[in-house]
Amino acid sequence: MQELFNIFVKSIFIDNMVFAYFLGMCSYLAVSKTVKTSVGLGIAVIFVLGITVPVDYLMNKYLLSTGALKWLGDGFAEVDLSFLSFIMFIAVIASMVQLVEMVIEKYSPALYSSLGIFLPLIAVNCAILGGSLFMQEREYQSIGQATSFALGSGIGWFLAIVGIAAIREKIRYSNIPAPLRGLGITFIITGLMGIAFMSFMGIKL
Amino acid sequence: MNSEKSDREPLFSLKNRKLITNPLSKDNPITVQVLGICSALAVTAKLEPAFVMSISVIAVLAIANVIIALLRNTIPPRIRIIVQLIVIASLVILVDQVLKAFAYDVSKQLSVFVGLIITNCIIMGRLEAFAMGNKPWPAFLDGVGNAFGYAWILIVVAFFRELLGSGTIWGYPIIENLGFYNWGYKDNGFMILPPMALIVVGIIIWIQRYRNKDLIEDK
Repeated sequence: MQELFNIFVKSIFIDNMVFAYFLGMCSYLAVSKTVKTSVGLGIAVIFVLGITVPVDYLMNKYLLSTGALKWLGDGFAEVDLSFLSFIMFIAVIASMVQLVEMVIEKYSPALYSSLGIFLPLIAVNCAILGGSLFMQEREYQSIGQATSFALGSGIGWFLAIVGIAAIREKIRYSNIPAPLRGLGITFIITGLMGIAFMSFMGIKL
Repeated sequence: MNSEKSDREPLFSLKNRKLITNPLSKDNPITVQVLGICSALAVTAKLEPAFVMSISVIAVLAIANVIIALLRNTIPPRIRIIVQLIVIASLVILVDQVLKAFAYDVSKQLSVFVGLIITNCIIMGRLEAFAMGNKPWPAFLDGVGNAFGYAWILIVVAFFRELLGSGTIWGYPIIENLGFYNWGYKDNGFMILPPMALIVVGIIIWIQRYRNKDLIEDK
């Protein structure tokens, strides 16, 4: 149990998706103009990561990695399909996003109207595919670990985008040098936030 | 001018040359269109991985643009995103396997970022915006141009981060050989850490917009 909690905290603060690995930067920069939309996108990312990473974990364990196909019989025990993982993961993500969108539309129209526009965007957000690829690379041992990593990364991403959106709302009234306005200053602020987040690196988990 | 000429339009007509030169400066994918930032920042601590990443993106983008431009009249619009993703993912698998075979160390350093070429917004963006509506040859030029626009930013960022952070260029210890350490110069280890990549790109954007006033954003 403690191990799951460690993975969770580590993926929020120390291995933060935005500040340590720059994943999902495109939507991070494009959608962070107001706090309200960035909260919507952040929740959608947590949601989709929390679903796709465990599914991709099962795919990796029972279909792709070496010896994963043992359940088909001894003849398949040596098969290694891991080179197919990119195509497999992206297909899972695209179809899960579609599925999630349909389920939400049916059962919670209120949630759909607030998340709806972001869901298709998310299929090509690198944070989602990055989550699955990190899950594969770091070789998490159980589906519990994969899930807590996914939720942690999602929450870390949520914190980052809400933080930058709040700063950008305030900074609109500041007198920034003209060439630095907009994109430039957002980059530099993100860098400074990243430096602040680095102070978590000393924590041993 | 170029001596190769086709019947209708010269191979390197003014319009076609613009396709290559525009993305290098005033239509740059990273600093102006804000696409493909993720990988641009993550692989630039050293020159070598940045160079390998640039080559991979150039190859994937040019080939994917040509394939989609060839298929553009046969792809049903409703499923075009899936078709584009499959084309890109197959090309990235090829690149990944080639890197694992011939440059294993660099492929380990790049880790998940080779796979993340699939979701690199530059590639999807160019396929969607250009290759779906143009002939293969202009699509190829557009792909090469945009990929080079991406590549030169990567190389510049990696050059400064490696020079100031580790005191080397492509692993060659230039600062040590010039004898700077004897005068008390110290490497700035901060440059290797992830946040500095953001700040270096921020400064490049600053310089570019200072020189080209058209790009300045309104309040």
